[in-house]
Amino acid sequence: MKTLVWVEHEGGELKDATLNAVTAAAKLGEVHLIVAGSTIGGVADAATKIAGVGKVHVADDAAYDHALAENVAPLIVDLMGHHDAFLAPATTTGKNIAPRVAALLDVMQISDILSVEGADTFTRPIYAGNAIATVKTKDAKLVITVRGTAFEKAAAEGGAGVIEAVSSTGDKAISSFVGAEIAESERPELTSAKIIVSGGRALKDAETFEQVIFPLADKLGAAIGASRAAVDAGYVPNDFQVGQTGKIVAPEVYIAVGISGAIQHLAGMKDSKTIIAINKDEDAPIFQVADIGLVGDLYTVVPELLEKL
Amino acid sequence: MKIIVPVKRVIDYNVKPRVKADGTGVDLANVKMSMNPFDEIAIEEAIRLKEKGVATEVVVVSIGPAKAQDTLRTALAMGADRAILIETDEAVEPLGVAKLLTKVAEEEQPGLVILGKQAIDDDSNQTGQMLAALLGWAQGTFASKVEVEGDSVNVTREVDGGLETVRLTLPAIVTADLRLNEPRYASLPNIMKAKAKPLAKKTPADFGVDIAPRLETIKVAEPPQRQAGVKVGSVDELVEKLKALGVSA
Ligand SMILES: Cc1cc2nc3c(=O)[nH]c(=O)nc-3n(C[C@H](O)[C@H](O)[C@H](O)COP(=O)(O)OP(=O)(O)OC[C@H]3O[C@@H](n4cnc5c(N)ncnc54)[C@H](O)[C@@H]3O)c2cc1C
Repeated sequence: MKTLVWVEHEGGELKDATLNAVTAAAKLGEVHLIVAGSTIGGVADAATKIAGVGKVHVADDAAYDHALAENVAPLIVDLMGHHDAFLAPATTTGKNIAPRVAALLDVMQISDILSVEGADTFTRPIYAGNAIATVKTKDAKLVITVRGTAFEKAAAEGGAGVIEAVSSTGDKAISSFVGAEIAESERPELTSAKIIVSGGRALKDAETFEQVIFPLADKLGAAIGASRAAVDAGYVPNDFQVGQTGKIVAPEVYIAVGISGAIQHLAGMKDSKTIIAINKDEDAPIFQVADIGLVGDLYTVVPELLEKL
Repeated sequence: MKIIVPVKRVIDYNVKPRVKADGTGVDLANVKMSMNPFDEIAIEEAIRLKEKGVATEVVVVSIGPAKAQDTLRTALAMGADRAILIETDEAVEPLGVAKLLTKVAEEEQPGLVILGKQAIDDDSNQTGQMLAALLGWAQGTFASKVEVEGDSVNVTREVDGGLETVRLTLPAIVTADLRLNEPRYASLPNIMKAKAKPLAKKTPADFGVDIAPRLETIKVAEPPQRQAGVKVGSVDELVEKLKALGVSA
């Protein structure tokens, strides 16, 4: 089988999520890549080095900048003329593009796969991860998004992919990029961090969140996460949200501070290796999944922890 | 401008889903069902656009069993003007739903279709994007802000890195994320009034599209269960455990 994997990139850098999707694709067959955008030479070169890749299709056109789905989907559809499967990481970019491709190909997408069971059979989470479905497709071509935490990253070095320029399908001129507010952070990225410190509604406000959670995270070199309640209340920006409808994470250590453990939150972090919960309510559902729990007031526990670590 | 809002009846978000013992699916017998929470947000946005004078009519559509009428009535009580039920007892996949909605959109000629970004049962996150593809329209997914300006709409999207704004030519598709708005509750008088609002009933056959499923569910299983671990009695004990895990400054 010939697969085509979406290369996610930003600011001239290839994003790690691509590597997990490559691993999933390699289980199906040959791995080819598509890099789209303008000034993407560096990304294309990085893509050729990913272990095990064959052709790296490069579509150099500003119409593909910011991965506008209206412009990108026709490009993928063209390339699917000689590929059997399209795989994208289940990031907000992948989730935006892949279903548009699927519908244009008249294919039912398989979202957020956890494993490849065969050439047409996959597992995927449903009901906020409270059930795992094994699904088999009848479609001739596959369109798939890949849950990053379920697949190892392919090695970023050692490959010998070959660049092949592809002609642009142009600007459909029905959508355009206006602007973005992308936070620059020195901290590790949430989806690839080894340690995450997450705060919930109990953190009261943005200032308190910053005073209590940030120092602990920084001391541990951790990324910062949050529950939906903390994001809705404006303590931290939306990209911090962990959960069914936020980011899916599986770090070595996940420290949940003042988070109750609603199923929608657990859906995003219950595959973490070790879960640590700090909560003043001993019956909080988070303790049902925590490996280590401490019942106590976070406002005394966290400062003490910070001092003693 | 007319706005269409598709809505889905799903398991209530407060209910913990249980996998059936025979592995064929999730047990929905005697389980509380509600409108998909993201669809409530989509309706709220449509109603606000109507209240601002941007939209003239809000039409809600559901594809599902007869019971989905309750979901449509809820939408009408929130403030939608009329409803269409496309009744079927079969589970229709996102691709099939998008094909039916394409026909509805061709008939109704809306300026916007606002959908929830995902349904909390199958968690597919596909229908809006597929509908946009089939109609050849632009899509603003995972929206946290929607501003209609003349013949275009600016949509601010929640993306992995933060927020991004795109400008789309109308007609367009928007899918709602959590922070687009806080949906209102339907008041009792409005629930009474909703009973008199028009609800048209159709079947998939009326639209002549093939909605046969493409995916076969071979089995549905419980995920691996985590065991509750230990509770520690003090910060000192926690520090010790953390150090044993290699977590320290
Ligand atoms: C459609 C939908 C999608 C959703 N998606 C997500 C998602 O992706 N991610 C997500 O997180 N949620 C999501 N939710 C929301 C989810 O249902 C919960 O409402 C949310 O996770 C609760 O956040 P919380 O635990 O911070 O707040 P709460 O449930 O209010 O919990 C606060 C906790 O803090 C504890 N506490 C209070 N004070 C202290 C103190 N001084 N010291 C120690 N502990 C203290 C309390 O005991 C309590 O357990 C979603 C909901 C819906 C309907």
